[in-house]
Amino acid sequence: MEFLTHDFIPYFILAVGYGIPILYGTLGGILAEKAGNINLGIEGMMLMGAAAGFLVSLSTENVIYGLLAAVLAGGFGALIYAFLTVSLKANQIVTGLALTIFGAGMTKFLLNLNKEVVRIPNSVQKSLKPILSDVLGIEGLEHSIFKIFDLSILVYLAFLIAIVLHFYLNHTRYGLNLRAVGENLAAADAAGINVNLYKYVHVVLGGALCGLGGAYLSMYYIPIKTEDVVHGNGWIAVALVIFVSWKPLRAIIGSLLFGALSLLGKSLQTGVSLSPYLLDMLPFIVTILVLIITSVQMSKENAQPRSCGLNFDREER
Amino acid sequence: MNLFRLVKRDTITSMHHTFIRVIAILIAFGLSSLLLVFTKSDPIQAFYNLLIEPFQYRSGPIEIIKLTTSLTVISLGIGFAFKMKFWNIGAEGQILLGAIGAMVVARSLPTMSAVGLLPLMLLGSFVFGALWGLLPAFFKAKFGTNETLFTLMMNYIALNIVKTLESGPWKDPKSFQNTITPLPDNARIPSLFSEIPWSLLNAGFGIAIVLTAFAYYYINHTKSGYELSVVGESESTARYAGMNVFAIVMRTMIISAGICGIAGFIQVAGNNSTLSSGVAGGLGFTAIITTWLSKLNMFMIPVVSFIFAIIAIGKDGLITIGIPSAAADAIQGIILFCVLGCEFFIRYKIVLIKKSDEFISKVRGAA
Repeated sequence: MEFLTHDFIPYFILAVGYGIPILYGTLGGILAEKAGNINLGIEGMMLMGAAAGFLVSLSTENVIYGLLAAVLAGGFGALIYAFLTVSLKANQIVTGLALTIFGAGMTKFLLNLNKEVVRIPNSVQKSLKPILSDVLGIEGLEHSIFKIFDLSILVYLAFLIAIVLHFYLNHTRYGLNLRAVGENLAAADAAGINVNLYKYVHVVLGGALCGLGGAYLSMYYIPIKTEDVVHGNGWIAVALVIFVSWKPLRAIIGSLLFGALSLLGKSLQTGVSLSPYLLDMLPFIVTILVLIITSVQMSKENAQPRSCGLNFDREER
Repeated sequence: MNLFRLVKRDTITSMHHTFIRVIAILIAFGLSSLLLVFTKSDPIQAFYNLLIEPFQYRSGPIEIIKLTTSLTVISLGIGFAFKMKFWNIGAEGQILLGAIGAMVVARSLPTMSAVGLLPLMLLGSFVFGALWGLLPAFFKAKFGTNETLFTLMMNYIALNIVKTLESGPWKDPKSFQNTITPLPDNARIPSLFSEIPWSLLNAGFGIAIVLTAFAYYYINHTKSGYELSVVGESESTARYAGMNVFAIVMRTMIISAGICGIAGFIQVAGNNSTLSSGVAGGLGFTAIITTWLSKLNMFMIPVVSFIFAIIAIGKDGLITIGIPSAAADAIQGIILFCVLGCEFFIRYKIVLIKKSDEFISKVRGAA
């Protein structure tokens, strides 16, 4: 019992918080890939969301405007990607990479325009803080399992979005249409689905989710000016999309696992005499293992949407 | 109601082709200027500092050529993989491993003369880089494992290996910080022209020229080069033609990652004096842009690399006029977006549908 309350529960809670940006990124990636677009720009869109959320909540001191800016910034990045890949039929892989390069550059550029600022106002961060303990002042939650009800509002929003997406993809007509687009462009087109519209809408929505993930990092988790606040989380999300086999509910568990894993590296560092950098490799090594395992035992129902990477061209059916 | 329709072009003259590209670059500069104006900076001054100023201070041209050398070598390496549609975005890690390979050789043969040591270091960097790239290649060829993510994750692992070496096993005992002991003179790439002011220019430049010629010859004039292009176009065609796709993927990735490894050697023994975690410093990602902008034409790679080297050196000059140097990174992204978009106008022609005209003439005819 001592172990449970003293070590495991706090660790579990930390892991949940750590995995949330990855969860947002993964959900965004799932939406895009269900529409048949591999978007490698998740890292870039998260960075753009992070920068926009940080800068806008800084100047307006309003958390809602900050979050809205992050959503718009992520969506804007995705819109560039959608315009290039859907309308102009550019290569999805290279366009996604370009988006990440652009997003990282823009973030650094915008954050460095104002040299004096180091952190966002406390009032903004406070409204994103745990509701029960920090806002209502309830004490004694630290080592109890009830702490799970006492996390940032953005954590629950992520869970909610995952559940909504699950129903959307599996139990609504739009969701089924979307999956048709992702599986077979020509068949979806023949069935009267507006393929390009579906692609645009879902790629952009996916980008907006990535933007929220970035905002979680820059406005709440690390509210200090940091150039690379996302730090590879977007890339892990790209891999996690595959790991959770394009299923939003599994993404919750997947992100929790990765959150726990990344923390494991950090918490082991105190006790073990290994180089800290060796432990930092852990999430990346596990990602590779995940990639290998999923590719070796790829079953039909857990496969990537079949039209992923292909651009729609009526002429070329 | 569509106002226009798309027609696929059968042929396009190279003049027209170039024209579209130039327009794309101009649009990129226009958009970049907008970005700068929006952030209350002077775009003309910014482009001057970015593109012209680097040539005006004494070490500028040398820095540019050194960077062009490294970017060219890395882009050539990536070019091999991209030609095969193997999305190797792990150049960053392959550079680091190549650098480690060169260091291993140099550290284990401290007394050897430069004539013998440098070729061995080159070989070491090639082998280490190639092995780092071979791992994702194997799983891609065998099980279809996603190579984009695999190679990318390998970057982070490589970076942490170098950080580990920096902080422990290879740490310079004389230094208070985590730095690795500098290489002795016999393990440094010599200058090409020691008597003229360009003395800082090292033989890495020569390596880049040789590799460019090799890459062009290999891809355009050898059977292996042809095979890798076929695998890139269609894996099933390659299989149907009886090609051993597994062997082709492995062979090409040895070359691709090995050449990126050589860039690591040029970085540690030529441009820097030792290995550090900043040895790759994002070059592996910039090279993805330069490779793509070259349209995988091996002779275009040095040209595009040269332009990007100017931007990379010039970006420090932005700080003097109060613009964060990262503006250059954003501009690079914008250029890539515009060029990616312009490919569409090279492949398709937009034809306006003049329905209204037809209608009017019909009405007039009836009257």
